[in-house]
Amino acid sequence: MKNELLQKEIDKAMALLPEPVVRYIQDCAKKKNPNSHLISVLHKVQEHFGFLAREHMDAVSVLMQIPAAKVTGVASFYHFFNFTPRGKHRVSLCMGTACFVKGAGKVLDKLQDLLGIKVGETSADGLFSIDVARCVGACALAPVMIVDEKVYAGVKPDQLVKILGEYGFNPKKAKK
Amino acid sequence: MPKVTIDGTSVEVPEGTSILNAAKLVGVRIPTLCHMEDIHAIGACRVCVVEVEGAKTLAASCVMPVFDGMKISTHTKRVREARRTVVELLLSEHNGDCQVCDRNNDCELQALAHELDIKSIRFEGVKTAAGLDTSTPGVVRDNGKCIKCRRCVAVCGQIQSVGALFPQFRGFKTVIGPAFGADLETVACVQCGQCAAVCPVGAISEKSHISEVWKALDDKSKTVVVQVAPAVRASLGECFGMEPGTLVTGKMVAALRRLGFSAVFDTNFTADLTIIEEGHELLHRLTLAVKDKKPVALPQFTSCSPGWIRYMEYFYPEMLPYLSSCKSPQQMFGALAKTYWAGKVGKKAEDIVVVSVMPCHAKKSESERPEMNDSGVRDVDVALTTRELGRMIKEAGIDFTMLPEEGMDSLMGASTGAADIFANSGGVMEAALRTVWEVVTGRELPFLNLHVPPLMGLSGIKQAEATLTGTLPAWSFLEGVTVKVAVASSLSNAKVLVDKIKTGEVSYHFVEIMTCPGGCIGGGGQPRKTTNEIRQKRINAIYREDEGKKLRKSHENPEVLKIYAEFLGEPLGKVSHHLLHTEYGARQRV
Repeated sequence: MKNELLQKEIDKAMALLPEPVVRYIQDCAKKKNPNSHLISVLHKVQEHFGFLAREHMDAVSVLMQIPAAKVTGVASFYHFFNFTPRGKHRVSLCMGTACFVKGAGKVLDKLQDLLGIKVGETSADGLFSIDVARCVGACALAPVMIVDEKVYAGVKPDQLVKILGEYGFNPKKAKK
Repeated sequence: MPKVTIDGTSVEVPEGTSILNAAKLVGVRIPTLCHMEDIHAIGACRVCVVEVEGAKTLAASCVMPVFDGMKISTHTKRVREARRTVVELLLSEHNGDCQVCDRNNDCELQALAHELDIKSIRFEGVKTAAGLDTSTPGVVRDNGKCIKCRRCVAVCGQIQSVGALFPQFRGFKTVIGPAFGADLETVACVQCGQCAAVCPVGAISEKSHISEVWKALDDKSKTVVVQVAPAVRASLGECFGMEPGTLVTGKMVAALRRLGFSAVFDTNFTADLTIIEEGHELLHRLTLAVKDKKPVALPQFTSCSPGWIRYMEYFYPEMLPYLSSCKSPQQMFGALAKTYWAGKVGKKAEDIVVVSVMPCHAKKSESERPEMNDSGVRDVDVALTTRELGRMIKEAGIDFTMLPEEGMDSLMGASTGAADIFANSGGVMEAALRTVWEVVTGRELPFLNLHVPPLMGLSGIKQAEATLTGTLPAWSFLEGVTVKVAVASSLSNAKVLVDKIKTGEVSYHFVEIMTCPGGCIGGGGQPRKTTNEIRQKRINAIYREDEGKKLRKSHENPEVLKIYAEFLGEPLGKVSHHLLHTEYGARQRV
């Protein structure tokens, strides 16, 4: 008695996810509470793809035998997970208390305006995505913006065009 | 055992008892909203808060276990104000529309606001966005009315092992729903409606088909007939304030006649017929297995419960051959009303409208299945829930409690006690055994008062066995065979049982599954709210109905004998096969 439909779903899911993630899920299945590893599985999927696509979460649901509603429910609860492809460059703005007091809110407004996107989204040319961080522990440098690995201190809204320019910012393409 | 003081009264309770349950023992009622006894205690809504002496914050009594020497106050000023604030905050974002809400006068939030004497709402803010999901045949969801109590999540996941609903997103943006807050149609929902049965507000309900029924009744060119499921007679009275477990069969028939139905029939009639067909199907499978030594799909699973059918199609497609090929009594009735009865009264199938009243949401979905049109047109046109019938009777201004007792119409209205017990978990099995035993041995089922005690009651998985002796010559190959049967209600219990059967850990000849806990008497379409205590009262009522009947075995039903003599021929015969049996197919899950 084999559930062929389920086997097909499993095969499809295994083909969708990278091999190390599949192996990780199989290892988790042998542990005491397999379902409790859902978050770390999602971490690994996002690490690989840069985001969680619907089909990836469906695949996780099938392989871990956890209802899809629960997988997306958990993923959408945590800010760490995102559901759209990230830009080539990840712009991360600190919204901790110090940065906020020093005007990070205005920097964010301008940033969103320039790129034509909101926090968590990716610009039309695929070059930039915006995240907000809570305190990054560099309050003396507030407001702080981090692009990829590089830290920018004391950022003001009118400096953004120049900073983004270092990464190939083109206002027309970004907003298309 | 810890000793605690609640509002000045001392009580000793077992270790681990919640404050809420301890309070019940001393007659103190603490208001609750998200809580569901024995199923769901997560302290989400904070309505049940109480003050514990020495504690800094208020405690949610549904989750807080007592400790020795605990002193609890349940209605201090601080408690009353906290509860009021909690409910006012819920109301401030609740997109209620009370006057036109499905749950008007039947809403736990409304009742709570009244109970806490809330006369104004101090908070103003954004309302939860209305999000109507009408994508499925049986269940309607409105996120605007949802208060995120997560009761539906608990029944869908824990009780039914379906997991279609889960909280999505976070904080104010939380919606309870399928993956990504999409429509139910996109996921493996079995349409059991247990979510609707436990929803405290108007966020999940049946899809109403009342207007279709009124339209048919108003159309003079149509002959509108109605069938009523066994479970409805033990619960309909609750819609009119009668005690749970009051049998209202006669009044129900009188009400349906006054609503204008041309004929009032009984799904019990086709329940008896189901026993004949399904019993013979079982005997056929046993013959193949025992006498002919052929590979055959055993155990045979019952197929009356459409939520269970959908569950099998989604989750166990490889087990579909094990399902009985019998249609459910609802669908057998539709097919026969538009052929057999149509012929008797000289009507065309397309001029007959078949309405059914069911304790169930999934019956709506079943009636819409494309293959259910063996009469040439759709066999069952409209399926109503018990609650919807209650509403129609009220709308028509019929004083239900004052109605006389009337009887079902003939040709498809007679039934035996065996059909009544289809409403209870274990009932279909008991009814089948009453007939199969007698067919094989020529004697009555050798249990007390025709009941099979191990199969009765509210436990989720039940089993029984009996050895056939003194078989009639035609069935001598079954002499000495120990017939093993099992019964499960709720899909999580069904899953446990099916998994054990699949691994070979247990083996049976016949297995009855009902989707809802306790069987159809606890169906998703029954009057709210259903607790185990109410389930038991309805179960008792159904057994009383059975025991009060002269005929208690399906094969003694005179109208069933008549339909075989005049129309169907023989069980599993050609006409039966066409009208009373069906096929199933695997369903894609995502």
